[in-house]
Parts: sequence; C-alpha cells; structure tokens
Amino acid sequence: MSHPLLEAKDLRIAFYGVTAVDGITFQINEGEFVAIIGPNGSGKTTFLNLCSGYLKPDSGEVCLDGISITAMAPRSIAHRGIARAFQIPQLFLDQTVLDNLLIAMAAKQGIWSWFESLGAGRRREEAMELLALVGLQDQAGQFADALPEGKRKLLDIVLALALKPRLILLDEPTSGVSSIERFALMETLMKALRQAKVTALFVEHDMEVVQRYSDRVAVWDAGRVLVQGPPSEVFKNAEVLHKVVGV
Amino acid sequence: MRPIISVLSALVLVVLAVVPFAAPWLQFVLTLAMANGMVALGVAILLRAGLISIGHAMFFAIGAYCIAFLSRLGINEFLVLLVLGTMGSAIAGLIVGAFVVRYRAIFFAMLNLAISMVVYSLIAKMYSVTGGTDGMALQTPTFLWIPLEKPGFDHVLYYFSVALMIVLGYLVQRYWKSPLGYALSAIEGNELRLEYLGVSARSVLLAAYVVSAALSGFGGVIAGSAIGHVLPDFGYWITSAQFVLIAVLGGIGGAAGPFIGSFFLELLHSASVNLTDAWNLITGVALIVVIVFLPSGLYGLIRKRRRSAS
Repeated sequence: MSHPLLEAKDLRIAFYGVTAVDGITFQINEGEFVAIIGPNGSGKTTFLNLCSGYLKPDSGEVCLDGISITAMAPRSIAHRGIARAFQIPQLFLDQTVLDNLLIAMAAKQGIWSWFESLGAGRRREEAMELLALVGLQDQAGQFADALPEGKRKLLDIVLALALKPRLILLDEPTSGVSSIERFALMETLMKALRQAKVTALFVEHDMEVVQRYSDRVAVWDAGRVLVQGPPSEVFKNAEVLHKVVGV
Repeated sequence: MRPIISVLSALVLVVLAVVPFAAPWLQFVLTLAMANGMVALGVAILLRAGLISIGHAMFFAIGAYCIAFLSRLGINEFLVLLVLGTMGSAIAGLIVGAFVVRYRAIFFAMLNLAISMVVYSLIAKMYSVTGGTDGMALQTPTFLWIPLEKPGFDHVLYYFSVALMIVLGYLVQRYWKSPLGYALSAIEGNELRLEYLGVSARSVLLAAYVVSAALSGFGGVIAGSAIGHVLPDFGYWITSAQFVLIAVLGGIGGAAGPFIGSFFLELLHSASVNLTDAWNLITGVALIVVIVFLPSGLYGLIRKRRRSAS
C-alpha cells in the first residue's frame, strides 16, 4: 500500500491581495504520476513553487514524509529528495550538455571537491548512461544553448533526475514542444521516471498527455482543488469540461 | 596540452630564468608583474562567477601591511611573513566576503569599492599606527632564516615568485576544472538552477572570495617585500581598478591569463614611460584594442575558446 509522500495542508498565499493558492490540501502518494490541470492563473505553478521552497506560504504547511519542509530553502528541499524541472528550462547555457549533467551529478555527490576533475571516476560514464536513457547521448558535446526546445526540456528534466529524487515536480513538460515531438518526449520521460522509480507531479495543459500519462488528475480553479481522481472520471465531470477543456 | 602551448610555456620559463642575468633592470618589473598577476588571478576567480570586484586592492594592502606590522614585531623570515600575510588577507576576505556574497552585479562591485575605501582611509589616517601616507618601511627579510642583502634577497624573491606563480596558476586551474569551479561559473550561468540542484551559491561564492583574497595577500606580501616599503596607495581604488584591468586584458579563460595581462601591462608601462608621460593613454588604447578584437583577452591568442574549437 502506498503512503503519502508529499502533503500540502491548508496552503494559502496571496500576492498584493490577490489569492493565488487558497487553502489547498493535497497529497501525493509514493509511486504516483499526478497531473495538475486548470486555467491560467489558477495557482498551479505557485503550488509547485510552494512545494519546492521558492515561495513561503502565508499559512499552511508542506510535509515530505510527514516532516515539514515549509520553511526550507530550495537547496535543502532538493537534498531531501524533491527535484524540480521548469516551464522554461533552467540550464547552464554556456556549458555542454554533458557538463550540465556532470554539474548536477557532482551537486548530488558533493560539490566541495577542489582539485578533482568534474568528470572524475565513474561520473562521466554514469552521465553518459543517463543521457542515453533520454536519447541525448549524441548531443553530449553540444552547448546547451544550441539545443532545440524539446531537447532543452529533456535536459532540464535529466538535471533534476541526476539528483536521484523521490519526487519530481514538472512544470508543463510539453509546453513549447511541437505536437509531433510531444508524445515522443513524454514516452522518453515516463520511461526514465519508471526506471528511476520516481514519483511525479506535473502541471500540464495538454489534456491528451494528461489522460494518457497520469494516474490521477487534480483540477485547480482559483487557487483551490476543484476535483481530483482518475483521468477517466475527471474528464467526465461537466464543470471540468467547461472550465478547463472549454467544452 | 597542445604542442604549441608546451613550447611557449617552456620558452617563457627559459626567458624568466635568464632575465636577472640578461636584463637585470627587468627583474624588479617582473617581480611586481607577478605580484600584480596573483591579485588579478584572484579578481579573475570572481569574474568567472560574473562578478567584478573594484576593491581587491584592500586585500593586497592588508597582505602588505600585515608583513610590515610583523616585521615591526621582529618577525623577519620571508616564508613566515608570506604565510601570515596571506592568512591576514584570507581572514579579511572571509569577514568581508560573508557580507558581500549576498549581493550581485553592480551592488557587489560598489560594496567592494566602498569597503576598500574604508580600509584605505583607515590606513591613510591612522598615522601613529600605519605611518599614514608616509607608509611603513620593511627590513630586508631573511629567506629560510639566511640573512641576505637587499640585492640578494630581490634575486631570491624573483625566482620564488616565478615558482609561486606556477604553483598558484596550476592550483587555480585545477580548481576551475573541479566541480566547485564549475559551480562557481554556474553562478553566472544560472544561479536558480544551481540552488535547485542543492548547492548554496553563497557558500560557493564565499569560498571563491576567500581564495581570491588569499591570492591578493600573496601579491601584497611579494610587492611589499620587493619594494621594501608599503603605502596606503596599495589599497586605493585605482589600484583595484588596475587589477580588474589586468584580469580583463589577460583574459579569464585560463589561470595564465591574468599573469599574461600583468606582464603585458608592466612591460608596456616600462616601455612607454621612456617615450611619453601619457603612458595611461597607451594603456587605455591597448585595453580598447583587446576588448574590441580579443574578447577572450590576450590568453585567447594562445588558447582558442572551447566553443570555437568544438
């Protein structure tokens, strides 16, 4: 039986009087792939920012394995097993794809080595294996700023995976990616996540992607959870169809 | 290492080895160039993180004044002075760094400038302690507890500086190629991603700041020992700006860059003062030429940028 990995308890945050997250209580179980959908401005990304320590809530609590991580900085939360990929990929653009990944792996293994080379030991081999897993091995020597958007997204996700997280937060993994590449990217991503046994929470606008790849869908509206459940049930809900799908 | 770089490095070492015999007047100039190069190397470390310090002359001055005070206390062995002077600068770097690493861009540059001017003013105004604008004279130190006359000591200091330059350059190069060095560059590249990888950018930067202050301390001890006198001008903001100029001129692509910049500037200075009073004009033009035509600095002439090479 799975147990709650991440729990948000009555989370609230407002910006200049505008409530972005309004008393959200939500949990993610170990091994789940959970999608968050909702109209623009419904607080989806803000929720990820609260869970990853980028924002501190006005009230409420975020717990990982029952321990509060609410007041922690992003780096402390990363150490505890939550990694983040961004809507706009956050890469080291002036470094090669391989070096980007090696930096992430070194960050996991301990950055405080002054005189060992970045690709020392088995780190380079492991990095190449991880790149091969997502099909980026041929771009290893390419500079990150030369990658097309889809591959940048993948690299951003791989940087998060290099931390060997228990939970990965993905903000619109398919945005900016062509419809042809979208499912290929998701297939690659799901394969990598399953292989690494990582729980995933992802914000997504593409309903087909959500239906195909999530175990559970949570619908956000005006900073609240409108409804949640298996995709097959949620997408039958008339309010969801009206507010999110636009039918 | 590419063959051409190996040959060039060997050639430079041979030239440096024969300078005291072939061109004795150059020995003092090059000793100062190496001292300045060490400080510029410290400045270059911060430039790798995308941060400019217009205040590193304070650590140069602190290193120099430390040995002046120690000399006054009767400690006169050069190696002891070198270690303690460098430690003085490193400790000062830790104290100042703990404050300034919270800031970025122009705020970082201006805070360094402001703090360095406070240090400069203290040195210049505390006449009874520091000798004010008259500075402090240094006795000629012993080397390995062997008493030496000033010309003999200068000779030893020159060769010691060459060795120290090579060792420090090698260590800094290793540091830049290490995970910590890449994390330092990543502060400029994407600090947000670095934090989300679980790395404290401030801690990485503080470590770099202390190293850069220590390198400035090495420079201060060597310059002070070579000149035999320390002055408040060691910590003046124009001196700080000169270290930035050297680092930019030489380039930050490799640890050799700041030393190349320093040698170039000192030799240019020495050559141009014999021709004209307006040597600053020549220096300025040289800097413009380098910035426009050699964005990777003079180091870029011998080492192609990795991106263009790949």
